[in-house]
Amino acid sequence: MAGYLLRRLAQAAVLLWVVSLVTFVLIHAAPGGPAMLQNPDLNRDQIAQFRANLGLDDPIPVQYLRWLRAALHGDLGRSYNTVESVGRLLATRLPNTLLLTGIALGLSLAAAIPLGVVCATRRNTALDRIIAGTTFLGISTPVFWLAIVLIVVFSVQLRVLPAGGMYQVGAAFSLGDRIRHLLMPVFVLTIANLAETTRYTRSAMIGALGEDYVRTAHAKGLSGPIVLFRHALRNALIPVVTIIGVYLPRAVSATAITETVFAWPGIGQLAVQSTLTRDYPVLVGATLAVAVFAVGGSLLTDLAYGLVDPRIRLG
Amino acid sequence: MAVASAVFLVGMYVVAAAGPRISPYGPNAVDILNTNAPPSPAHWLGTDENGRDVLARLIAGAATTMTVGLIAMIIAVGIGAAVGSLAGYLGGWADTVLMRLTDGMLAIPYIFLLLVIVAVFGASFRTIIVAIGAISWMVVARIVRAEVLRYRGLDFVHAAQALGATPARILTRHIIPQTVPSLLVAATFGVANAILFESALSYFGLGIPPPQASWGNMLSNAQAYVWENPRLPIYPGFLILCTVLAYNFLGDALRDALDPRYRESNV
Repeated sequence: MAGYLLRRLAQAAVLLWVVSLVTFVLIHAAPGGPAMLQNPDLNRDQIAQFRANLGLDDPIPVQYLRWLRAALHGDLGRSYNTVESVGRLLATRLPNTLLLTGIALGLSLAAAIPLGVVCATRRNTALDRIIAGTTFLGISTPVFWLAIVLIVVFSVQLRVLPAGGMYQVGAAFSLGDRIRHLLMPVFVLTIANLAETTRYTRSAMIGALGEDYVRTAHAKGLSGPIVLFRHALRNALIPVVTIIGVYLPRAVSATAITETVFAWPGIGQLAVQSTLTRDYPVLVGATLAVAVFAVGGSLLTDLAYGLVDPRIRLG
Repeated sequence: MAVASAVFLVGMYVVAAAGPRISPYGPNAVDILNTNAPPSPAHWLGTDENGRDVLARLIAGAATTMTVGLIAMIIAVGIGAAVGSLAGYLGGWADTVLMRLTDGMLAIPYIFLLLVIVAVFGASFRTIIVAIGAISWMVVARIVRAEVLRYRGLDFVHAAQALGATPARILTRHIIPQTVPSLLVAATFGVANAILFESALSYFGLGIPPPQASWGNMLSNAQAYVWENPRLPIYPGFLILCTVLAYNFLGDALRDALDPRYRESNV
């Protein structure tokens, strides 16, 4: 177990290094350079001075090694646009994203598991098809389109919900206000994540219901619901838990788009802005932070997998 | 559902291919005296902010969007099949390096990769297709690798090896054909995702550049005029939704029909 954990941690470290390398090289290969240097108020000498100060004239491998050495010492650099420390920027943005994604992921699981169970027990009935159809509608809708339709209806026409942001500017913190700002982005993200988890629960549940132990449980006279929830569902949930780990980066993309549309000050919005303005240190830092969560998530789910299912021996 | 989806998609491709022949106007024909017009006998779906016929642009956009979806998917399946089969067949170091790269790419949210690649190479029809293909191959690679590992140890592969077939021949003639059902399923979902990716890129202003019409850029463009003409975002959004939905239904049905893991459980 300890050996397995060590090997997985080493693999995770390699993976994060690959992520930083891919992002760093790609963004530095972009012609034109940081948008901040396109400022028309700067003259040629000033731009050259900036480039020299930022070390942008060095070959990319040299720049990468310099970044890597600093990053290993906990210094992710400073934003080109705002001169803020990237570490601090990430630390202020991350809780906002975790709040939004956590609620949405929790809600979509809370909805998807019962829906998947219903689909599995009533498979190939009209109800199954209706649920499948509705959840497919969710993944087939462009995320930003759904968000904009909601804003047009609830913020502009009905004027009941704020169009964006995380709190009423100038007002003291209140839970009601925070919830009002959360409603629409959470809804969009829940819908975006619902279909796959429902599908997954359904097929895992169908698999579990076909197992011998379910037949045995029925044969010894246990009631339907007990067999369904205690025997079948508990086993079916194992693969469902694993898929969440794999699925996290995808969910982050939907989060990035949602955050941008609703002006939610999260890490996804930060990454999108830094990409569009070529704010290299922020982009690499944000991508890495997201990757840490994705890799950590999949590691945790794999470990949970071993704990939940005694048949699985990690090693 | 699957049959209806297939019929809808074939219809869309026919419309896209027929394009200019059935289009009532040129997709870029501007009529500045008749902007944001409501639907009328002359313009069935009205006109946009430049007085361009919406129906004509939707037809032209169908060709763009369907092409982006198809070609990006072909690129993704090509890269994925190559990486996956090499990793699975060669094993050892090649496997480790290729699969770590695959995992690394999977761990970066696709939207950042897309934005970076398109920002690097500039938004054009060609780079957008290549960029979408280049970020969509990882799932295919994993599927193909798993299948290759499964077949590599089977008797028919050993038989081929005993007969002196080269690894390249074994891969292309014996193993890859076995993976076609899984590839087909992945490809169907791949087209659906590619169409969504193009519309997401358009939202960030890095989609198919105007004046060429795509459903994605029509949709994001329409946002700016949503007050003058609230109908404008409805049409392309609805078409994207229907097309992606049709591909998803089709992929789901194909998976039920072709993938033994799903087939057994569905009887």
